[in-house]
Amino acid sequence: MAVAYFPGCTLSTKASGYDRSGRAVAQALGMTLEELPEWQCCGATFPLSIDNSMALIAPTRVLAQAQQAGEHVTTLCAICFHVLRRTQNFLSHQPEVLERINWFTEEPYLGATRVSHFLELLRDELTWEGLSQQVKRPLTGLKVAPYYGCLLLRPPTEIGLDDPDEPTILHDCLAAAGCEVISFPYQSECCGSYLAVSKPDLPEKLAGDILASAGRHGAQALVTACPLCQFNLDYPQRAEAHPAGKGIPVLYFTQLLAVALGLEQEAWGMDGHYVDPLPLFSSQAAPASASPA
Amino acid sequence: MPRIGVFVCHCGHNIAGVVDVQAVVEGVKQREDVVFATDYKYMCSDPGQQLIRESIAKYELDGVVVAACSPAMHETTFRKTVAAEGLNPYRCESANIREQVSWVHQQEKEEATRKAIEIARSIAEKVKGNEALESLVLPLTRRTLVIGGGIAGMQAALDVADAGYPVILVEKNERLGGKMSRLSGTYLNFSAAPDMLKKKIARVLSHPNILTLTRAEVVSLSGYVGNFQAAVISKEAPPAQEAPETEPAEAARAEGDVSDEHEFHFEVGAIIVATGWQPYPLERLPEYGSGELPDVIDGLAFETILASKEGIHRPSDGAIPQEIVFVQCAGSRDPEKGVPYCSKVCCMVVAKQAMLYKECVPTGQAYVFYIDIRSAGKGYDEYVQRAMTDSQVIYLRGKVSKVFNETSRPGSKVIVWGSDTLGDRAVEIAADLVVLATPMAPDSSAVELGQRLHISTDANGFYNEAHPKLRPVETLTAGIFLAGAGQGPKDIPESAAQASGAAAKVLQLFSHDEMTASPLVATVIAELCAACGACVKVCPYGARTIHPVWNIATVNAALCQSCGACVVACPNKASQVHNWRPEQILAMVDEVL
Repeated sequence: MAVAYFPGCTLSTKASGYDRSGRAVAQALGMTLEELPEWQCCGATFPLSIDNSMALIAPTRVLAQAQQAGEHVTTLCAICFHVLRRTQNFLSHQPEVLERINWFTEEPYLGATRVSHFLELLRDELTWEGLSQQVKRPLTGLKVAPYYGCLLLRPPTEIGLDDPDEPTILHDCLAAAGCEVISFPYQSECCGSYLAVSKPDLPEKLAGDILASAGRHGAQALVTACPLCQFNLDYPQRAEAHPAGKGIPVLYFTQLLAVALGLEQEAWGMDGHYVDPLPLFSSQAAPASASPA
Repeated sequence: MPRIGVFVCHCGHNIAGVVDVQAVVEGVKQREDVVFATDYKYMCSDPGQQLIRESIAKYELDGVVVAACSPAMHETTFRKTVAAEGLNPYRCESANIREQVSWVHQQEKEEATRKAIEIARSIAEKVKGNEALESLVLPLTRRTLVIGGGIAGMQAALDVADAGYPVILVEKNERLGGKMSRLSGTYLNFSAAPDMLKKKIARVLSHPNILTLTRAEVVSLSGYVGNFQAAVISKEAPPAQEAPETEPAEAARAEGDVSDEHEFHFEVGAIIVATGWQPYPLERLPEYGSGELPDVIDGLAFETILASKEGIHRPSDGAIPQEIVFVQCAGSRDPEKGVPYCSKVCCMVVAKQAMLYKECVPTGQAYVFYIDIRSAGKGYDEYVQRAMTDSQVIYLRGKVSKVFNETSRPGSKVIVWGSDTLGDRAVEIAADLVVLATPMAPDSSAVELGQRLHISTDANGFYNEAHPKLRPVETLTAGIFLAGAGQGPKDIPESAAQASGAAAKVLQLFSHDEMTASPLVATVIAELCAACGACVKVCPYGARTIHPVWNIATVNAALCQSCGACVVACPNKASQVHNWRPEQILAMVDEVL
C-alpha cells in the first residue's frame, strides 16, 4: 500500500529522526510513504481570524499538491495534521471561500483530499493486532507514558481522531509494541507550544510539571506524535540545565515502533535528542541477526 | 327541518381583516335550514355569548355553528354557552375560519371569503346530522396507588389517607424514606431532617388507611382514570395489621410457595408517581476521576460521612480533611459532557455541607467552585451568605477543569485545577477531600415505569407534566399525577408541596359522584359487524374487544380517544364515531362541491 506523504518543514529539519523512523516503520509494515513531489509549509497554525482566506492559502496549496498524488495524504507531524485536516474540513463546508482561495493556487483544490495522521493508518488500516503481530522485539517492561499534547486531538468535532479527555490511540499503539503503558494526569496538558519562541520560560515551567508528573508515575520515557511537544519537553532537559543522565527521554512513537519492529539502529533516528534515549534500548541494540527473537 | 343559527366572529381584525364576514353571513343564509345568521366582533366575549343565547331562544334554534377560531380554542366555550340555554352541546360546532382561512390566506381575500363560506356551510351540514349526545357516566374507584415511598410519596399518601380514602404505597427499597433518609440534615434548619422523617414514616406505617408494600414494584397497569387495575410484586409479605379498611388485599394472592415473591392486584382510581431521583454516576465524569479516586465523592456520600457520629474522615485513609473542595455543577449545566439542566438544590446543599464541615473541623478550610449561586427562596441567599461570612468558606467563581491524584500513596492529596474568574487566575488546590455536587438524575426505573404507566418522560428521563406552568402535577394520562424529584430536580419543601398538590388533585377527582366522559367515541352497529377483529388490531388504545358472548366488536368508551382508526379499518362500515358518521362526512363534502 502506497500513501501520499506530506513531511512538513520540521520533519525535514529539526525532527528528521521522526521522519526517518516513520518512513522506515511504514516500509517495514508494507506501507510506502510517498513524499509529495512538490510541497511547501502547511502554514503552521490554523487561522482563527474573521477572514481566514489569506492564511488558508498555504494549507490549501498543500492539499492541491496532494490531490495530484492521490485521494489521501498522510502526515506524521501533529501540527501539519491539525492544520491540514481543519483546513480540509473548513473548506468542505465553505465552497465560496474555497473558490476565492483557488484564485491564488496554481492548481485549483477540488475539496476532496482526505487527510490522515499516520497513527490513524496504523489503527484503522493495519489495526493494533496487525501491528503487534509484526513486532519482532517486544519492548517488554519498558515503562512509557504517552503524551498527547493539544493539537493532535483538539478540537474533537473537527479532528475526530480520539476522545480528547481520555485518548487511547497512543496507548494502544505502544501497547501493541509491547511496552508497559503509563497514564498520567498531564498527558494532554499544553507543552507551551510556540511560546518557546516568545516566552521561553513558560514552556520550561510547563515541561517541568509534565516531566515531574510522568516521573512520579514511573515513566522511563515520554512518547509523543508532535515535534513541537518533543522539543518543548526535551530541550529543558539539555545538559547545561540538568545533570546528564537524569532526564526522561522524549521519543516519537515511530522511534519505539522502529525498535520493536526489529529495524536497524540507523532507522531509529535517535541522534538528535537532548536526553539520549539509546540507553533504554541497550538490550535491543544488538544486531537483528544476533537477537534471540 | 332543523333550525340552525350561524354566528360569524370577526376576532377583531384577525378574521374580519381578511374575510368579508358580511358575505359569510349572506352565504350561509342560502341554506334553507339556516334560519338565522349574524356576525359579531368577538363571539367568545360575554356579549358575544349572550348574543348566541338570546338568538337560540328567539329563533328557536336547534343547532348552532360558530364560525370563528379553531375548535381546539373555543369549542368547549361555545358548547357550554348553548347548553346554558338548554340546547344539547353536541348540536353546536365550530367552523374554523381563522387558523384555516384568514391566517393562511391573508393575500387572497376573495378566495378566503369563498373558503370561509364553504367551511361554514359544510359545518352547518354536519350540525344537521349531529345526534344530541349525553355524557358517558363511568364508575369511580376511590382508592389511590402511590409509587415511591420517599418524602413526596409519603406526603401524598398521608394527605389522601387523612381525607379518608385508602392508599396503597409501593416502595422498591426495604425501608420508607427515600433519599432524604440518607441526609445528615436539611438546609435552613440543620438537625430536623432525621426526626421529621422518622415521624413521617411512623405516621405512614401506623395509618389505618395506608397499606405499605416494601421491596415492591408495579409490574403492570391497565384501565383508565377512576378504574385502573395495577399489579404489584413484592418480595415481602404484606403487613397484615395495616390493611386499609376497604378490602385492599381482597384480590391479593400470594404465590409464596414458589418463591418469596407475592403478587397483588389492586383496583385504584388514581395514581401518584413519586419515584424520585438518584445521583448521577461518577463514572460519567472522567475529568473528575471517573469515580476511581477514593477521596473524590459525591454529595450524597458526603452526607453519609456527615451523618456518622465519628466526625469527618476521608475514605482513603481515615484522615480528617484539612482542605476540602466542593465542586458545584459537576456534570450539570454541561450539555456536551453531562446533563444540560440545573439541579437546583446543590447551591444550598453545598453551603450546608461546607458549614457542617467547618463545625466539625474548625481549623480546616473549605473551598467552593461555582458558576453562579442559585439561592432563590425564602431565607436561601442569607443562608449562603452565612457560609461565606460566618464560616469563612472560600467561594471561587469558576469551573474545575480536572481532579486527579498525583500519587496513589497513602496520605496523598487530590489535586484540583480550576479557574477563579473573578481573580482572573488559574487555581491549583491540593485537597484532602473533594465533594462533587453531581446532578440529580431521575431514578433508573423512571423511563421503564413511565412506559408501563403510559406517561411520558423527557430527554433526561424526568416525567413530563401536562403543562409546564398551569398543570404541574398532572400527566397527560388522566388520573395519573406526579410528585417530587421524578418530575424534575427539587428540594424537600418543593417536593412536599407538589405531593400535597397531587393529593389535592386526587381528592378533587374523588369528590365527584361519578365520572363523566365525552360521548364522542366510536360505536359499533351490531347488525353490520362480522366480528372480523380488524378494528381490534388497529386500535392504539386497546379500547376494542370482540365480545365473547355476542360475538361482535365492542368499544370501551373510557379508553376510546375517537381517533377513527377502527372506522377506516372496518370493511363493513360497522365502526363509526359518533357525530362523524360516513353519511355525515359525505354530506359535508357534497355541501362544498
